Amino acid sequence: MTVSLSLSGITAHYGTTKVLEDLDLHVGEGELVSLLGSSGCGKTTTLRLVAGFLEPTTGSIKLGDRDLTRLPAHARNIGLVFQTYALFPHLTVRDNVAFGLKQRGIGGAERRKRADTMIDRVGLGDFADRYPANLSGGQRQRVALARALVIEPPLLMFDEPLSNLDAKLRVDMRVEIRRLQQANGTTAVYVTHDQEEAFSISDRVAIMNAGRIMQLDTPEVLYSRPANAFVADFVGFENMIPLRAVAEAGDAVRAEMPGGGVLTLPKEHFTVPSKEFILATRPEGLLVAPAGDGIPTTLGLRTYLGRAYQYQCDTPGGEIKANGPLAQPFESGTNAVLIPQPEQCCLLPA
Amino acid sequence: MRRLSGFNVVSLTLGFTFLYLPMVILVIYSFNESKLVTVWAGFSTKWYGELMRNEAFLDAALVTLKVAVMTSTLATILGTCAAYVLVRIHRFPGRTLFAGMTYAPLVMPDVILGLSLLLLFIGIGLDRGVLTIVLAHTTFAMCYVSVVVTSRLVAFDESLEEAALDLGATQWETFRLITLPIIAPAVISGWLLSFTLSLDDLVIASFTAGPSSTTLPMKIFSAVRLGVSPEINALSTIMIALVTVGVITASLMSKSAAIRKAKDEKAAARA
Ligand SMILES: Nc1ncnc2c1ncn2[C@@H]1O[C@H](COP(=O)(O)OP(=O)(O)OP(=O)(O)O)[C@@H](O)[C@H]1O
Ligand SMILES: [Mg+2]
Repeated sequence: MTVSLSLSGITAHYGTTKVLEDLDLHVGEGELVSLLGSSGCGKTTTLRLVAGFLEPTTGSIKLGDRDLTRLPAHARNIGLVFQTYALFPHLTVRDNVAFGLKQRGIGGAERRKRADTMIDRVGLGDFADRYPANLSGGQRQRVALARALVIEPPLLMFDEPLSNLDAKLRVDMRVEIRRLQQANGTTAVYVTHDQEEAFSISDRVAIMNAGRIMQLDTPEVLYSRPANAFVADFVGFENMIPLRAVAEAGDAVRAEMPGGGVLTLPKEHFTVPSKEFILATRPEGLLVAPAGDGIPTTLGLRTYLGRAYQYQCDTPGGEIKANGPLAQPFESGTNAVLIPQPEQCCLLPA
Repeated sequence: MRRLSGFNVVSLTLGFTFLYLPMVILVIYSFNESKLVTVWAGFSTKWYGELMRNEAFLDAALVTLKVAVMTSTLATILGTCAAYVLVRIHRFPGRTLFAGMTYAPLVMPDVILGLSLLLLFIGIGLDRGVLTIVLAHTTFAMCYVSVVVTSRLVAFDESLEEAALDLGATQWETFRLITLPIIAPAVISGWLLSFTLSLDDLVIASFTAGPSSTTLPMKIFSAVRLGVSPEINALSTIMIALVTVGVITASLMSKSAAIRKAKDEKAAARA
């Protein structure tokens, strides 16, 4: 059974503090959507709303054609992996994993078999009779994972499930999560503040800030075409150059930097969104050249990155970073131009 | 470990003497042959035999036990409920008032509490007897239970309950299967606490007891006013023995749990 999840117009409060504001989120059937954002932006709160631990002030939540908004938590049939594991300390690993099966009325032998299979799957076969207090952080996390997976819910939610694992296990486990999720066609919401993790396993990623979704798109689009300055900054567009369109010159737009300097942007490659706009790029989106149509600059400190040289560039609009070819190193203090590479630059409304 | 210095030995001896000398004397004199409490006339267990034939004491003991068991059970249920609601439901009208009121009987003088309960029972026309003592004892014992259980619940990670709900357990099942087992040590110590509180209460019981429901402390108190008898010493020795056995059992139980945990942890460290 695959279902979709829809949150529409959700506003949520803790007491009088507004935590989520007018949030819309649609997760398609069998899709994995990540919520990505810095600490305190409302990721856990979003999961708590869907799980039913918190009621939204306004808005509705639907899973398939079931309206969850006012349904009690125990009737929702959602698997949730808690940020703090929330393992039952008085039950063994096996009984923790079997808890959900027991609530679903699955009998003794069958229950034990399914629990043990899942425990093996997360690599804890030798630990089934242990109590959670006697497991390492990573082992506990895997028990939490097994406990949510074993009930085979139509919707799985993960709240930073891998944050306590070492780097190698983290990569292995996220691949395993993705594999299980795709094999069962389970719809999933995955919370993390690790960009690489979110991008690597998600169909789409929602970038959140202060209780709002700033952009919801595929990792590819987010990475190369952020829709606003927040997302651009988040995905590593280190240079944000404010510009103002001053004139049309045939098939190009002439734009001016605040401190002086003029740039010609061919319309064929660049769509200027408004009169005042921002040119956002990563360092590799600006090519350092001795001359040409670009941002005039004096090159500063040069660092070697392996694939390129990076320069701290002094421009009329402030300091920016740009990469130059390995074949042609420039000395510090050289005058040069920075040429925007269309496929690696974004023009964003100011 | 620091060695025992002369100073430590002296303070230890003084402390323990102060605590236990009266009880030791009481126990010794309970085995006194003589009827005179102050004169030692040889070892004998005859006062224990006397005691077993004393109907009045046996009745009082039975009443006391009945009251203590009912009180501690009722107080544990009510006190746990009160603690659960006060800790779990963060906002409801009058929460602060309720929280404060739960603790009030802890600081109220026994005499006032006894008197007010007596007036209440007379007012509603409830005949005084075992039931009224139980109700009165429950009133103050549940506060202690609530304090003990509250401190455990505050340290309790609420997401455990959420996890149970998420896995399909109703609120009641969650309480029964998750919350209660985890707070059980606090609930049990609440029960034991109420039991001992009820066992040794004299003042409130005196106010609320009826003619046929004299408790042991009341009996002892009135007997002592006619002079201390070796029989009373024997009775008190039995009570001391009971309490000691109870305390030792409880601490052994928690100790064996601790040892098991330590063993598991060692195994975890090896793995
Ligand atoms: N029980 C609560 N009462 C009041 N405010 C809360 C409560 N829980 C969370 N908040 C607030 O709501 C906001 C969102 O919290 P949330 O837990 O959703 O953040 P998050 O995105 O999951 O962060 P993290 O990455 O640190 O887990 C935060 O500002 C937090 O302080
Ligand atoms: Mg969180």
